[in-house]
Amino acid sequence: MNRHMQYLASQAAAGKLSRRDFLGKAAALGFTAVSANLLLSTAAKAAGPQKGGTIRLGLQGGSTTDSLDPALVTNTVGLMVTRLWGETLVELAEDGGIEGKLAESYEASADARTWTFKLRSGVTYSNGQSVTADDVVKTMERHSGEDTKSGALGIMRGIKDVRADGDSVVFELDSPNADLPYLLADYHLIVQPNGGNDDPAAAIGTGPYIMKSADMGVRFVAEKNPNYWGDLGNADTVEIIVINDDTARVAALQSGQVDVIDRVPPRTAKLVDRAPNITVHSTSAAGHYVFIMHCNTAPFDNNDVRMALKYGMNRQEMVDKILNGYGTVGNDTPINASYPMYTELEQREFDPDKAMFHLKKSGHDGSILLRTSDNSFPGAPDASALFQQSLSSAGIKLDVKREPNDGYWSEVWNAQPFCTSYWGGRPTQDQMFTTAYLSTADWNDTRFNNEQFDQMLVAARGELDVAKRTQMYADMSTILRDEGGLICPMFNDFVEATTDKVDGFTAGIPGQVLMNGYAASKLWVKA
Amino acid sequence: MSPIVKLLAQRIALSLLLLLLISVVIFAGTIVLPGDVAQSILGQSATPEALANLRAELGVNDPPVQRYFAWLFGAMQGDLGTALTSGQDIADALSNRLWNTLFLAFWAAMVAVPLAIFLGLLAVRFKDRWPDKLISAVTLASISIPEFLIGYVLMYFVAVKLQWAPSVAMINDSMSLLDKLNSIALPVAVLTLVVLAHMMRMTRAAILNVMQSAYIETAELKGLNAFQVIYRHAFPNAVAPIVNVVMLNLAYLVVGVVVIEVVFVYPGMGQYLVDHVSKRDVPVVQACGLIFAAVYIGLNMIADIVAILSNPRLRHPK
Repeated sequence: MNRHMQYLASQAAAGKLSRRDFLGKAAALGFTAVSANLLLSTAAKAAGPQKGGTIRLGLQGGSTTDSLDPALVTNTVGLMVTRLWGETLVELAEDGGIEGKLAESYEASADARTWTFKLRSGVTYSNGQSVTADDVVKTMERHSGEDTKSGALGIMRGIKDVRADGDSVVFELDSPNADLPYLLADYHLIVQPNGGNDDPAAAIGTGPYIMKSADMGVRFVAEKNPNYWGDLGNADTVEIIVINDDTARVAALQSGQVDVIDRVPPRTAKLVDRAPNITVHSTSAAGHYVFIMHCNTAPFDNNDVRMALKYGMNRQEMVDKILNGYGTVGNDTPINASYPMYTELEQREFDPDKAMFHLKKSGHDGSILLRTSDNSFPGAPDASALFQQSLSSAGIKLDVKREPNDGYWSEVWNAQPFCTSYWGGRPTQDQMFTTAYLSTADWNDTRFNNEQFDQMLVAARGELDVAKRTQMYADMSTILRDEGGLICPMFNDFVEATTDKVDGFTAGIPGQVLMNGYAASKLWVKA
Repeated sequence: MSPIVKLLAQRIALSLLLLLLISVVIFAGTIVLPGDVAQSILGQSATPEALANLRAELGVNDPPVQRYFAWLFGAMQGDLGTALTSGQDIADALSNRLWNTLFLAFWAAMVAVPLAIFLGLLAVRFKDRWPDKLISAVTLASISIPEFLIGYVLMYFVAVKLQWAPSVAMINDSMSLLDKLNSIALPVAVLTLVVLAHMMRMTRAAILNVMQSAYIETAELKGLNAFQVIYRHAFPNAVAPIVNVVMLNLAYLVVGVVVIEVVFVYPGMGQYLVDHVSKRDVPVVQACGLIFAAVYIGLNMIADIVAILSNPRLRHPK
């Protein structure tokens, strides 16, 4: 009888039997509605992705000032839209490695200076043109040219030359870099016809969907690309609605107007999860909320002052009260378990005695000024107040100055000696360190200048032996933890939610938002 | 030329002059705004090279006076320039947004204005009895609660619990009028609640004021019933102040609904303006400012003209 039920369930899941008929037959066989329903949902998962229907996503972060030009994408909505119509050469794989997209395979020379990417054959853009190696070269040139505005410019700098070689593309680097494929997985580097030089915002690419309408900061509609080469794209239609207001976004999910939302406010996530038809997904991530000190500005130029502040931070309290448990404690390095070559360091705990000791040793007297704003990270003013309290128990006086949101990124962050901020994760240690902790980095927002650290970074980049590299990154994290200007109390999870209309949500790649941006094409609508 | 035409012409000329002065203020105001458009566009991901490249391309270094006149002549011909951030033609992008805003304002007004005037008349008819007190209490309560809160409360009960109307008021061209009306039902309801009290109270006060007059007593003595007295004699004489407050509220419905637009995700002018202010996209801010000013001045001008036409003393000035 059980086998018969399973057969019926698989028939129902495949749509050959209606749900009502299935439940009727199950009841006739003596199954209760609950157990029959359970069986059906298991069968539906086992049946795998289903095709068809419309997936609607309500996302935060879009603005009417956005552009479809992949070079100018800065927010989640832009990422999700770009992922619909376009593709990069390679992509992060779920196991932390790299998988081919437009490139079928790739190989590096022994010194990791020359990389060859072989293109997948027979792939066409949504306008019918074939993808050529020349398009890839032009794309890379557009993102790295002198007059580019691309958000990927920073990571393109180490590339000396890109040239087409038959159906392959060859990258020549200034210095060895074992992480080039990770860099090329950057979502800005969408391959476009003629590199997007003709019309960068035309949204013509090789992705699983074709854009039907794009109203910036409002609504995007895309339909399945019938000629897509891969197996992405379950729903026929994807609709992305920009809902920046937290309450409105949650209400839209609850009332069934959208099937997926991002950034469920941690404060209410548990309440949202209680609704019977909604599931909240929490993905541990590499993004972190930070308090940053300039290591070259008094009083933070004294490592004892920095250590005093680090010991005066109650990290667990931050995770509990600011993230409501949707996150993990930090350890004053930007690296956590989301990174491929991670080594766990000894956890720094809140220790008022040590904080007091270091402050005394530094000889610093008087209060310390911290600048914060609402948009530096959600709950930053509250976190600053908590920090103020935990420091006062160590006898350190912290003054908190609240700055306006407007202009925070130009006037305060990376300009004032001590402020709150946030960092999104990067796929590799090398990228994270190169972006923000190399002494010459544009975004060295802690003014960290450590010769040994810089040398190790370059050495690790060219090191192809994973074990040696892992050890180097552990040493670098230790240097940052004990000498850097970064106080990292917490890593924030991505908290996202789906209704029971859709299925297939997985945590995906650690540290990435909405299944690494593929939620729209990997989720499916349940029949 | 009859004095009335002259008076109207004067009014219109004055309004245009006012608009011109406001254009100077808007332009000057946006020039002295602190911040840097290039930095705002690139956000945290700005590198010095990218910033310099973008600044040069946006051409934000010409002298202000030259830019003002170029802008003014463009605006007079309907050319509002292109947005710095997205490169879109502002007039194109704005016309769509403006239409949406006017659509919402129109339907909110269609519900709110007749309702307010009717409730005002009703309150006068039953002055100091329970209907008057109930109407006053309810409308004053609704104007006292912040509009976003009313929005959230309605959203929770009507959209999430009862599922009568959608919580996201998204409209687009492919929808039928009925779909659109269903979509904007909640924001219309909130806006109605917000503007109702002001207009209702003004109607009530203006009519009560007129009701003290001798000619109302005459009307009563000649045997008209209470509603007829209000409708035939009191209302025409109270119309000027009522139109004034109605116009003020209509202007509010067009230019003051940013919060409602955000809460209900409505693609109107308010959200468009706020996005561009935060990105320092000055041409768009200027264009929005000009349109908002024109709406305000236009509606007030209409209120003035109605007041003149409805008042014999103003129609025939000595």
